Amino acid sequence: MKFTLSWLKDHLDTDASLDEIVETMIKIGLEVEEVIDPAEALAPISVGYVKHAEKHPDADRLRVCKVDTKDGEMQIVCGAPNAREGIKVAYAPVGAYIPGIDTTLTKAKIRGVESLGMMCSSRELELGDDHDGIMELDGDAEVGTPLADLVGPLDPVIDFEVTPNRPDTNGVRAIARDLAAAGIGTLKPLEIPEVGSTFDQPVAVTTEAPEACPAFGAIVIRGVKNGPSPEWLQKRLTAIGLRPINMLVDVTNYLSYDAARPLHVYDIKKLNGGVHARMGREGERFEALNDKEYSVDETMCVIADDEKVLGLGGIMGGTSSGCDETTTDVLVESAYFDPLTIAKTGRKLGLTSDARYRFERGIDPASIEDGLQRAAKLILDTCGGEASTITVAGKPPVEEKVIDYPPTEVRRLTGMDVPESRQEEILSALGFEVSRGGSWSVRVPTWRPDVEGKADIAEEVARIHGLDKLPTEVLPRLGDAPRRNPSLSEARVAAAKQAMASLGLLEAVTWAFTDEVGAAHFAAQPKEIHLLNPISADLSVMRPTPLPNLLLAASKNAARGAESVRLFEVGGAYTDNTPKGQRTVATGLLWGAGPRDWRSSNAAPSVFDAKEMAIAVLEAIGAPADKLMVFSDEVQGYHPGRSGQLRLGPKNTLARFGELHPSVTKAYDLTGPVAVFEVELDKVPAPKNKSATKPALDLPELMPVRRDFAFLYPEDKPALDLIKAIQGSEKQLIDDVRLFDVYRGKGVPEGQRSLAIEVVLQPRSETLKDKDIEAVSAKIVAAAEKLGATLRG
Amino acid sequence: MTLEADILELENDLNAKISAAPDERALEDIRIAALGKKGVVSEKMKTLGKMSPEERQIAGPALNGLKNRIAEAIAKRKDVLEEAALARQLEAERVDVTLPVRAPGRGRLHPLTKVFNEVAEIFAAMGFEVREGPDIEDDFHNFTALNFPPEHPAREIHDTFFFPPREDGEKMVLRTHTSPVQVRTMMTEKPPIRIIAPGRTFRCDSDQTHTPMFHQVEGLVIDKSTHMGHLKGTLEAFCREFFGVKELETRFRPHFFPFTEPSAEMDVRYERDGAVVKIGQGDKWMEILGSGMVHPNVLKACGLDPDEYQGFAFGMGIDRLAMLKYGIPDLRGFFSGDQRWIEHYGFAPEEV
Repeated sequence: MKFTLSWLKDHLDTDASLDEIVETMIKIGLEVEEVIDPAEALAPISVGYVKHAEKHPDADRLRVCKVDTKDGEMQIVCGAPNAREGIKVAYAPVGAYIPGIDTTLTKAKIRGVESLGMMCSSRELELGDDHDGIMELDGDAEVGTPLADLVGPLDPVIDFEVTPNRPDTNGVRAIARDLAAAGIGTLKPLEIPEVGSTFDQPVAVTTEAPEACPAFGAIVIRGVKNGPSPEWLQKRLTAIGLRPINMLVDVTNYLSYDAARPLHVYDIKKLNGGVHARMGREGERFEALNDKEYSVDETMCVIADDEKVLGLGGIMGGTSSGCDETTTDVLVESAYFDPLTIAKTGRKLGLTSDARYRFERGIDPASIEDGLQRAAKLILDTCGGEASTITVAGKPPVEEKVIDYPPTEVRRLTGMDVPESRQEEILSALGFEVSRGGSWSVRVPTWRPDVEGKADIAEEVARIHGLDKLPTEVLPRLGDAPRRNPSLSEARVAAAKQAMASLGLLEAVTWAFTDEVGAAHFAAQPKEIHLLNPISADLSVMRPTPLPNLLLAASKNAARGAESVRLFEVGGAYTDNTPKGQRTVATGLLWGAGPRDWRSSNAAPSVFDAKEMAIAVLEAIGAPADKLMVFSDEVQGYHPGRSGQLRLGPKNTLARFGELHPSVTKAYDLTGPVAVFEVELDKVPAPKNKSATKPALDLPELMPVRRDFAFLYPEDKPALDLIKAIQGSEKQLIDDVRLFDVYRGKGVPEGQRSLAIEVVLQPRSETLKDKDIEAVSAKIVAAAEKLGATLRG
Repeated sequence: MTLEADILELENDLNAKISAAPDERALEDIRIAALGKKGVVSEKMKTLGKMSPEERQIAGPALNGLKNRIAEAIAKRKDVLEEAALARQLEAERVDVTLPVRAPGRGRLHPLTKVFNEVAEIFAAMGFEVREGPDIEDDFHNFTALNFPPEHPAREIHDTFFFPPREDGEKMVLRTHTSPVQVRTMMTEKPPIRIIAPGRTFRCDSDQTHTPMFHQVEGLVIDKSTHMGHLKGTLEAFCREFFGVKELETRFRPHFFPFTEPSAEMDVRYERDGAVVKIGQGDKWMEILGSGMVHPNVLKACGLDPDEYQGFAFGMGIDRLAMLKYGIPDLRGFFSGDQRWIEHYGFAPEEV
């Protein structure tokens, strides 16, 4: 919302400076976004005198001028046709900022001739539209006089953010009222002119939609001569970014910004019969003032004459009944429209306007007749004519709102002590009517739809009194020594992140949404997880796993020349669109061998790197690593022969790991395997033992014994089965079973591999004798043979 | 030849061999040849048995002396040889220690993780616990319970992402703020409540300073006496701790949020020193967060009596906190997955 300082002063009697006014607005909650002070822009500009002008030696259209300025004689090259000897000009020195061309002047050479500064046109200084030549100032003006002193009063423009709770501040008057309450001046009384009527309002005005349009007020002015509005009005509209059109239209815009009172004008000669507010009908269309055609329906409130739709009530009028220079008889509408209906209609049609903005936030329902009176007065003064009586169809929803307000409420909610007299003063200044007592009765002004209860009134008092007076207090301590006590899920996320970063991975944070094609590599996409209004097509669906986004990041890193990618993310993955459909997944991605090293081979990451990391993460978050089962079911998006799952029991998948399917890798322009893992943090059961006590330490006194075995084992049988069988063959003695080599080649038949396994035996009560070891070895070999393994000789 | 001359010759001979032994193995051979069971010295010792007591009295000490001197000579030579062998081994094992080794683990945590952690630590010390909520919310938790009436223009400020309507017509949303966690907490826990709720939030907005996903931390205190003075004290304490400054000037400006009444935004003083933003003092104000007293309608919607309970709530952008504290110039880098960015702006695991 923009307004000018002089406009504000129509309503506020004040000597306060612009800075004071702006500071006070900020302090009371009217958040100023920008102040444009033309005087500031003009500050470097002063009067200069062209002592001498001659044609530029190398350019016909340029003149080289010697100019007397506050800085002495300056040589300025100028292209304006009127640059000539003997005139006073607007001189801008080197270093000055010229707003109209958005340039800061520097020393220049123009076709070889030095030029120091500039002589400005009014457009270059944003003082007008004239750009036919440079400004020619009053011949009597003294050289060096600031230009601001010559061009008359300059009106600063203030732009501030209207919060949705304060629809009244869409009008300058409400700003003045707030400022007056804050002590920055006195609110001038608003005189509502009594426009004498010379005839009865002749147009049949009705509202047939009492919910959408509870009240429709109208006045008719006959015999007007429409045309441009007066200069003061045009200046104000232009200053706040509106385009003056003609007096009848400009009056509606003016009051919309002056009093937050939207109005509309109809050319009576273009009407067929009466004017009616009613709901739209299927199939009806109209051309709006923005020259676009709109179809209406039965949820929208339209204004129609006896034949057709004229416009959308409270949003935008139509071209068919618009006022132009030929209009002689005008009907002014001042209505009240239901905010919800306006909001819905506006959204449905994608149609915004100043009227919609005001109606959907709520206008003062008591402003109908005042609005008509003020509009009529302005029209009569400028356009002549005679006014009718005022008619109001329906009844505006003016409700008597009286709130029971204990004056202690400010202290309760803010901790500030505001004396009762001061509270009353503030509320009265804001238009509230206060009856004091033990608990006060406070009557809310009709223009404040936001005030509903005592907290709202406390806020009014607090914001005007000043939040700078808030006390600074410390919350009382809860508990003995408060410290961080993370929940299980929080602790798991932290532990998983620590684990992965410790493994050398880099934490990425990527969008929770992804593109459909990427998502489809990994899961079917139910319609329900597609966004209705995505920010772009490639972020249109909630990610079923972070993998597509990490892949995209990997692809981009590779394209930038990264030799390897090692990323992880811990975040949401979405199965459906309910709060429960969100899983927390720790996902890692490895691609590329990374830098070569003289001490070790640098193989590309494989399924086993992924498996190792998945297990490390699971251990870090407290999963029972010794109970994990490995499955090799195919998972969408993964390489069918180089991927697996870690489960607790046959159904509860805690993690997936493996290399991605080559077709997926290829889709992201990555060559070579991409190893990934996904750990489902929520699937890990909560630890049962809550005690901080660790189990007793059991240190065997006897030395462990190690024995190596080599088995031929079929390729198609899982190695884990063999390891588990060996482990189970002698539970008392076998402490660990370690596979330390896998060999294929000479001496190993086709379809088999040689698995070298070290078994650690831990005697407990007495040293193992040869025969004990032989007995265990026999059990181990027997268990292995049962699975189809053969001991190598 | 006399016994004496015999011993002397033998000793000279053995000593010569010992001195000449090139390595430990040769020395051991000499030892066996001299002092072993059948060695020359041992053989001589055996002759003692056949001697008369008188002869033995002379020959005994002489031969024992020989044996001891030879053993000692061997031991000395052994030491010399061992030392030489060790010296050779050391020389042979010499490497070029300037050869490079692999860089230590370069794993890094995202600055957001670091900031989440810092925020949680600071508030924990003031008695706040962390609560979480889902990214996908229903209308009730994201809007209605927070006093955004249906169709109210305040909803439009939020640029909400919607999901397709369900059968009952309701559209689920991506939460536009972390405030729904206030509602979830108040509906399931009894006051006194003192929580923060960090998390991902979403708005359909994308430009230089906005991303469609960003991060907030919500704060909520509900009891029977907390007022805006406590809000001010708490947030100032947080900012001093977070930015590591002793002096911090704040400004509370009235503002509007549907779920608080009175509402205020908090600004802090700052100054810019080149690329560095110094928080705490300076000639400029920077908006840091929105806050206020929990609106009576919100308390009611969550089943609390607004005449009995009261408290404050606040919400602030974590991405922005990270940018300010760590001098990260651009928001878009946060979500780029660019490894160079993460390596530069991220933190080693032990730093978090």
